Amino acid sequence: MKKSGAVFSWLILFDLFCVAAAVFTGGTPLDAETVIDALIHPLSEGATHTLIWELRIPRIVMAALVGSGLAICGATFQAILRNPLAEPYTLGVSGGGALGATIAIIAGISGFPMVLICFTGCTLSIGIVLGAASMKDFTNSMLILTGVIMSFLFSSIVMFIFAVASSRDVHASILWLMGSLSVPEPASIRIMVFLALPLMLLLWGCAKDMNLLSLGDEKAFHLGLDAVKTKASLLIVASLITGAYVAISGIIGFIGLMIPHLMRKALGADHLVLLPSSMLAGAGFLILSDCVSQIIIRPLELPVGVITGMIGGIFFIVYLLRAEPAEVM
Amino acid sequence: MTVLSIEDLHAGYDREPVISGISLSVPKGAFFGILGPNGAGKTTLFKVISRLIRPFSGVIRYAGVDITDITRKEYARQIAVIPQFQHILPPYTVEEFVRLGRYPHVKRFSPLRKKDCEITREILDLLRLGEYRTKKITALSGGELQRVFLAQGLAQKPSLILMDEPTSHLDIAHQIKILDIVKKLSVSTGLTVLIILHDLNLAGAYCDRIVLMREGEIGAEGTPERVLTAENIEKIYKTRVVVEKDPVGSRPHIFFIPGQH
Repeated sequence: MKKSGAVFSWLILFDLFCVAAAVFTGGTPLDAETVIDALIHPLSEGATHTLIWELRIPRIVMAALVGSGLAICGATFQAILRNPLAEPYTLGVSGGGALGATIAIIAGISGFPMVLICFTGCTLSIGIVLGAASMKDFTNSMLILTGVIMSFLFSSIVMFIFAVASSRDVHASILWLMGSLSVPEPASIRIMVFLALPLMLLLWGCAKDMNLLSLGDEKAFHLGLDAVKTKASLLIVASLITGAYVAISGIIGFIGLMIPHLMRKALGADHLVLLPSSMLAGAGFLILSDCVSQIIIRPLELPVGVITGMIGGIFFIVYLLRAEPAEVM
Repeated sequence: MTVLSIEDLHAGYDREPVISGISLSVPKGAFFGILGPNGAGKTTLFKVISRLIRPFSGVIRYAGVDITDITRKEYARQIAVIPQFQHILPPYTVEEFVRLGRYPHVKRFSPLRKKDCEITREILDLLRLGEYRTKKITALSGGELQRVFLAQGLAQKPSLILMDEPTSHLDIAHQIKILDIVKKLSVSTGLTVLIILHDLNLAGAYCDRIVLMREGEIGAEGTPERVLTAENIEKIYKTRVVVEKDPVGSRPHIFFIPGQH
């Protein structure tokens, strides 16, 4: 108990640091005084004020939500599928999203309608995977295999579109695929706050079910859980959250895989602490990565997925090499 | 008093029958062993009793009630199921893992109560696992881990415990440790034990009733002395043995004769 208290304190400090870093730095360099002035006068007007209140802060909110959402979904998928490689995209959500986004870009659709088309792609792939798995009692091997197959299928269709599309569209699609948190649509922010966030809290509320499912479907059943039904519901909720975030911010990799592993190492496998700690860590990590992506090749901006992939990949390899084999999962 | 009664049970997988026409009654407080060669249907019977598969026909009653009429949580409060040894486990601490056995006693969205933590501690002390409390289950030896599985089942506070070969991969010290704990509880608290065992001598030493299965049916049933005879074993295992009384507890003990196949 004492240890988890310390870890949570550190995580909150880390998040505060990340938020501060992201408020004070960004694509446009501003000195600290100007930023503080804009912060303490929320009702004033002017270019700096707009920059802080209408670009940086919504972007931080979005990074926090997407980061924490991908992390909690990753932890959920790892618990349910009992597989250390599981992550939010394991069931092929990203494949469907990529197809939807590519079609939208080729058709010249942007903004919120594009988000909707992309989300339709995500739900399509979720529907196919869960539909197929439901015929086999949602066994883990069935879920993972259909997920991988759907990912391949959808990415093949995307490749086909790339082969026949103009290079400008292809470039735009690839940039989207790498994930970006720039220019959040107001409607997207509303979806995240009023739809995805409550679903994330619902997942946290199901921490005890995940503890049981992490022992395997049969043992969970022996401990009084309707394993198949619970598993299906949790998968639908986690996939919908992931789908919404993919539709809004593209495919931001590694957070959903790495953060739950790190938190499991720090705090153990109890989902009552693993889920909230993953949310805190995921939020901070994505805010920080987004901050780096804006300043590293200023005035241009890197897709944030490139940063999460690079930082996350290196960090994770080091972690895996240092961890005991039994601890990996 | 009969805790568990099985009436004319037929079951199997995909319409392929594995057990046919099994009838049994398990008295309260019994240490009841299920024995038999590989493929005799022990595990299928275990799965039907633990409700993992539905029988083709027949009824299983727990305390007089058809088990299909009992809710999942109520079942888990009455009957603990310890499946065969499991290797892939998340890195819970021993205490966290045993505490999961309290989940059937709490509502879905409510946290565990103080009482649940106290019961967990009691069970840990009872099984001499107190010193392992904060240790990760992934770092335990097979014998320790098997005791932790048992502790989780006992944390459910069941009146019937089903165990599927809890001793199969353990050394003799740990085999006896596990069975001693269960036997002691059975005698002192009236816990009924239904256990699949492969080792005929362990079964002879601990069980007070044994059913010997053969090709999905009951080959022999009764006290160890009546069931574990050289004739029964030769008939069911197709292997000749010599059965003598053990010098300590006068229980039947089986001696193997090498070189007969």
